[in-house]
Amino acid sequence: MKKESLRKAYGQALVELGASNPDIVALEADLGKSTMSYLFKQAYPERFFEMGIAEQNMTSTAAGLALAGKIPFVSTFAVFASGRAYDQIRCSIAIAKANVKICGSSCGLSDFGDGKTHQSVEDANIIRSIPNMTVLNPVDAVETKQMVEAMVRYKGPVYIRINRNELPVITPEDQKFQIGKMYSVHDGKDAVIFATGAMVHNSISAAQELMQEGISVEVINVSTLKPLSKEELMRFARDKQAIVTAEEANRIGGMGDTIASLLFNDIRVPMEHVAIDDQFGTSAYTYEDLLTCYKLTKEDIAKAVKTALKHA
Amino acid sequence: MVDDALVKKLERITLQLRYDVVQMIGVGKAGHLGGSSSLAELMAVLYFYVMKIDSSNPTAAWRDYLLLSKGHAALIQYAALCELGFFPRSELHRVKSLEGLLQGHPDLSIPGIEAVTGSLGQGLSISLGIALACRLDQKKNHIYVVMGDGEQSEGQLWEAAMAASNFKVDNLTAFLDWNKVQATGATKDIFSVPDLGRKWASFGWEVFESPGHDIRSIIETIEKAKAVKGKPSIVILDTVKGKGFSFAEHNAAFHNGIMDQATYEQALKELDQKKRELNA
Ligand SMILES: Cc1ncc(C[n+]2csc(CCOP(=O)(O)OP(=O)(O)O)c2C)c(N)n1
Repeated sequence: MKKESLRKAYGQALVELGASNPDIVALEADLGKSTMSYLFKQAYPERFFEMGIAEQNMTSTAAGLALAGKIPFVSTFAVFASGRAYDQIRCSIAIAKANVKICGSSCGLSDFGDGKTHQSVEDANIIRSIPNMTVLNPVDAVETKQMVEAMVRYKGPVYIRINRNELPVITPEDQKFQIGKMYSVHDGKDAVIFATGAMVHNSISAAQELMQEGISVEVINVSTLKPLSKEELMRFARDKQAIVTAEEANRIGGMGDTIASLLFNDIRVPMEHVAIDDQFGTSAYTYEDLLTCYKLTKEDIAKAVKTALKHA
Repeated sequence: MVDDALVKKLERITLQLRYDVVQMIGVGKAGHLGGSSSLAELMAVLYFYVMKIDSSNPTAAWRDYLLLSKGHAALIQYAALCELGFFPRSELHRVKSLEGLLQGHPDLSIPGIEAVTGSLGQGLSISLGIALACRLDQKKNHIYVVMGDGEQSEGQLWEAAMAASNFKVDNLTAFLDWNKVQATGATKDIFSVPDLGRKWASFGWEVFESPGHDIRSIIETIEKAKAVKGKPSIVILDTVKGKGFSFAEHNAAFHNGIMDQATYEQALKELDQKKRELNA
């Protein structure tokens, strides 16, 4: 399957949308070559603001731009976007419902070489807990582009997580992405895996292998991490014997926790969570090495499905 | 030349704003008297003379902006907005109540408020964003932002200071309420940030100074500051925390203090005295 860069899709989408929408502006903190916001800089230098390595100011400045009618896209690494500028997101942006779009790039473990300080195991968890925030986690380059379009249409603050590595393209070009909607990406009837981001790909591989063993598993791409709607979850969980969640994030306060609490009263079937077990990242030569080390592979997901089904 | 009648008018408004703040705080409830009253003259000058605003159209595209980065002084801003008709007087009497419009710190739900502030250090950055947006749109709006001197220890302010001069914004004028007291004591004892004028100048700003309770001087200094082109400007206002209230002046206890009945009456008495002087 062909792999494509989500970062590039992000930068290119900004350039495309910027052509017809003069209100779109971009802010950077000296990582534009990584986040790919530099593409926007090349296209529209007067609408690009290099803010220096000063993420807190960048974040509040974006709030000001939004309050005066612009649609600012703030890009930096996820760990800095969510952590260094947390209170700026909270006060300047979220309380104000300012129309700021934040790109947490190199999310999760995807910046494999740089290690603990640059990998974010908690960015989505943090931002999801802030009222008024919407959180998106695209599965591939095509969905990334669709999401950036949706972010511009939507009025209000949005955080998008972008993986640093190229990922297989599974989203149909004509998918009508809607914030809050979940997408079935592999059919099955025994169990369901609610997966997000890069973990969707590993979940599909797991489902394919399980099929060989006669186990039929549906895989859902939960690309909107917030709002997570119970109705959407029920649509896919209702007729299954077991549920597995898969995310490249700390299990504490993660998507799995939330799905469990949303479904608990209505669907009492065994549930397993594949997530990072309350640890920071670490350096590795490859992304795959890290996913293995943190037990986020297709084998780990397949094992979780079997465990859950065994208890069903 | 600033004419005497204008000064007199703004002095009367200043006095009214102080009355409003005292009445909003009332008896037995905490309120930021100190940092509100040190800004009374500035608020009168900006809102009632300098700024282009329209209470019947609070978000008019051409309006000037005023942000309190030291958002805890919201009471003085609410007083000014109320006197201008942005919301009814009844709101002043139920400030910070569950039912009321007026939050403990500036909130966008309130007509005339331009940003959410209160977490110190963020207001200058937000103002910079507004200034950049207005410049992109080639609009003439001017952005005013007020910071505290205790707030000067917030690192984000200095990030914003560098950014504003990098972007050469000149539609932004900052004010520093140099009242020499912060929440828990005198700034020189708690956390000294010396040479503020030289610091701002070295960050690329044009620096002006003015007595902070002298209406004529504030007006003249703002005019000079707004005339600066190609860089941001800041006016350091030499003020007294708690100005106008003998028990609160220079006194950190009234940063967010509580007035008992006797203190409350004392406050009103001192304002009455000031009123008689103005009318004399
Ligand atoms: C980030 C942050 N830290 C702490 C506070 C609590 N606080 C509110 S006002 C204040 C002192 C502010 O002093 P100064 O800037 O001198 O204001 P002024 O004396 O003019 O009222 C503090 C510490 C806050 N609001 N925000």
